[in-house]
Amino acid sequence: MDILNAVTANQLVTEVPQFKAGDTVAVHVKVIEGEKERIQLFTGVCIQRRGGGINATFTVRKISNGVGVERIFPLHSPRIEKIEVQKVGRVRRAKLYYLRQLEGKAARIKEKRTR
Amino acid sequence: MSGLLGKKIGMTRIFDDKGNAVPVTVVQAGPCFVTQVKTVENDGYNAVQLGYDPKKEKNTTKPILGHLKKANVPALRVLKEFKMAADVEVKLGDVVKADIFQAGEMVKVSGWSKGRGFTGVIKRHNFGGGRKTHGQSDRYRAPGSIGQSSYPSKVFKGTRMAGRTGNRYMTVKGLRIVKVDAENNLIFVKGAIPGARNSYVEIYKQR
Repeated sequence: MDILNAVTANQLVTEVPQFKAGDTVAVHVKVIEGEKERIQLFTGVCIQRRGGGINATFTVRKISNGVGVERIFPLHSPRIEKIEVQKVGRVRRAKLYYLRQLEGKAARIKEKRTR
Repeated sequence: MSGLLGKKIGMTRIFDDKGNAVPVTVVQAGPCFVTQVKTVENDGYNAVQLGYDPKKEKNTTKPILGHLKKANVPALRVLKEFKMAADVEVKLGDVVKADIFQAGEMVKVSGWSKGRGFTGVIKRHNFGGGRKTHGQSDRYRAPGSIGQSSYPSKVFKGTRMAGRTGNRYMTVKGLRIVKVDAENNLIFVKGAIPGARNSYVEIYKQR
């Protein structure tokens, strides 16, 4: 296990912001179209974080044109330019799968009050 | 050298230069020692015996110890013969390292697969099983028919059935080496290889 951590250590992204399930995040994804490379935003609620080390991933859910869309990102993927935490949500679960059954007003997440 | 001995460390993922996540198995490949050189004159064929993984001398039988003394190498846990072309120069006691492989090369990897114990046909032979619905009660993982009727009045030999699974010596071919860490003798093979973590494997070059 130590060897596995050691060989992947240099691939870990150092500047990962602190966020957890329930937070609204904007993921800046590098999209390569032929020769050109551009940044695409994927903004939504992080509904889960799983895995550790290089295998860590997180899932972002958003409603696009009335359809729920979920994307799973490897946390340390070089294709992710930046992760922006827009809102810190107040939730009582680590995995927010229940959001998939909800829509509209019911699917809102209260913002965490910071003082 | 046509291959070498190694130890499976485990699986992880690495990102390639395009940013794709590549599933890899990390293998501690070597350092292996040349413990015996077989030649056409002496043995009728060309081969080299490699040894890997040092152990305590007191845990080694004297015949093996004497055999290893000839090559002047430490007591080793595994010894295995590898084919070798006649024109390759090797000496007793030579050290073979992971740098005989290059990234991008195709290899095959052999080892003892994980034992699964007594398993049914779904796990063992990838059968589909029966229906879950339509009034089925106990046929979900059943094998179905195992033969015909009064003729031939027997079950043919070799019919796939439940039984002991895994724990056999097997080879996975056509694996690509993604990366070689010559300094630490680590080889990164794309995909899965037989065996549990810390089990011994052989890596062969594939033409």
